[in-house]
Amino acid sequence: MPLSPTAAVKEVQDVSLLAAKAFGSIFRRPHYVRDILIQMELIGVGSLAVVMLTGFFTGAVLTLQTSKTLSTFGAVGYTGALVAVSLVRELGPVLASLMVAGRVGSGIASELGSMLVTEQINAMRALGTDPIKKLVVPRLLATISMLPVITIVADAMGILGGLFTSVFVLNITPNLYLNRAWDSLRYMDLFGGLLKPLVFGATLAIVSCHCGLRTYGGTQGVGRSTTQAVVASSILIIVSDLFLTRIILAYTR
Amino acid sequence: MIEPILEVKDVVKFYEDKAVLNGVSFRVFKGATKIIIGASGSGKSTILKLIMGLDRPDEGTILVDGEDITKLDEQQLAHVRKKIGMVFQESALFDSLTVRENVGFRLYEEGVDEEEIDRKVREVLGFVGLEDAIDKWPSELSGGMKRRVALARALITEPQIMLYDEPTAGLDPITSRKINELIIALRDIKSVTGVFVTHRMRDAFTLATEYATNGDHEIKFRTEDNFLCIANTRFLLLRDGKIIFEGPDEVLRKSEDEYIKRFLA
Ligand SMILES: Nc1ncnc2c1ncn2[C@@H]1O[C@H](COP(=O)(O)OP(=O)(O)OP(=O)(O)O)[C@@H](O)[C@H]1O
Ligand SMILES: [Mg+2]
Repeated sequence: MPLSPTAAVKEVQDVSLLAAKAFGSIFRRPHYVRDILIQMELIGVGSLAVVMLTGFFTGAVLTLQTSKTLSTFGAVGYTGALVAVSLVRELGPVLASLMVAGRVGSGIASELGSMLVTEQINAMRALGTDPIKKLVVPRLLATISMLPVITIVADAMGILGGLFTSVFVLNITPNLYLNRAWDSLRYMDLFGGLLKPLVFGATLAIVSCHCGLRTYGGTQGVGRSTTQAVVASSILIIVSDLFLTRIILAYTR
Repeated sequence: MIEPILEVKDVVKFYEDKAVLNGVSFRVFKGATKIIIGASGSGKSTILKLIMGLDRPDEGTILVDGEDITKLDEQQLAHVRKKIGMVFQESALFDSLTVRENVGFRLYEEGVDEEEIDRKVREVLGFVGLEDAIDKWPSELSGGMKRRVALARALITEPQIMLYDEPTAGLDPITSRKINELIIALRDIKSVTGVFVTHRMRDAFTLATEYATNGDHEIKFRTEDNFLCIANTRFLLLRDGKIIFEGPDEVLRKSEDEYIKRFLA
């Protein structure tokens, strides 16, 4: 992590520069369609199991907590509504992004980091290929496109987890739970819930690529970069969530 | 007058606060080979990286084919790099790609069709004697095989200039010999300009004393004698970021300088 203020400023500057270069070269040839598809599969399929599990159990435990609070108001029947809204607006996007940051962000940083320390990045440049186009852009596009999909899976699994505890622990009928859940959701919730993973995906991809590409100090450095990638993107996801939520809520009704 | 194809002028390069190169100047003419020798950490690899445009000098200029590459941005450098092939010290093969994809990398990037790539990859792998390894992964290769694959990868587009960073370091005498012969053949038969970095004097002298000719069926290697002296291969000795010797092997061997004597011993 950056220690001095100047180092921190330089870090922010470097990340922004990488972001600008990456977004700037998305539409410039050559397009590495094959690399994008490979990364999409890696990110999508790779994260599915862990996101399904966390989604399910988070939904389940959220339902328990929510119903407990609601019972003091005699409104246990509204559990489905509260759970669905929290999941779709907040927990789905944030949890899915954090999980992907842990799994994919670390993978990106360690792969690019070891390519850097073994001179593969230099070799690529020497062979006339721009590593930003060949390595960063495919990872960026794949993360941006897969994270909303993964978020939908997390949302669905969360609602399913909630359904599970509602029925087996709280004795709410499945119909009541699902109807309340469905009725509570607005288009703006869905829109916000899918805008977030887009932003988080771009953030975590760029930050992880940056951490990998500025690795120093050999193999040990790769470990350090990997940790930094996960920590930095997780923090950025959570912090940017606050600002995004504020903006989205301002446009809701 | 013949123009040099490669010219390094007063180059200074700092890493952190240390001047790794401190006023280095030399030129390489078309078809000639420059052998850069020097102790570990004397800045040999750094020179090659600067020539390739992978890093920028803090002072001085580097001309490739008359063009100052120190002022070019990454995109403009791409066309300069087309003229140059580089074999990295640790091979630097892409470990997520097979030998075929590694060697054919430049062609895949240019969108050449598969059949043509396959033909060229086989041809150049044949040149380095590794046809059988085409479908292997880099992790399945020995160090010497990696080095030869790296050589093949650099050679596939037949660049006019080749940069070799210790291509024989850590290899057995037979494999080293093979790599040296390939480099001599490139110099003498294809007139490829070369910069050869090493700290193994044996390999350096092989390059400076042997030459290749096209035999009936195969390339023949001979040693220079009273009738023929190889004039296009010269040494450059680097010490603490400065050039302390430049000239042919005959002069280098007779040098009275204490450091050079110790270096050759
Ligand atoms: N990226 C870098 N950052 C900091 N210092 C560097 C970097 N690259 C090289 N150096 C330093 O520059 C000096 C010269 O390095 P270089 O790799 O050119 O040496 P070399 O002559 O190729 O040595 P060897 O024979 O061991 O390969 C070394 O002292 C090294 O520590
Ligand atoms: Mg070196």
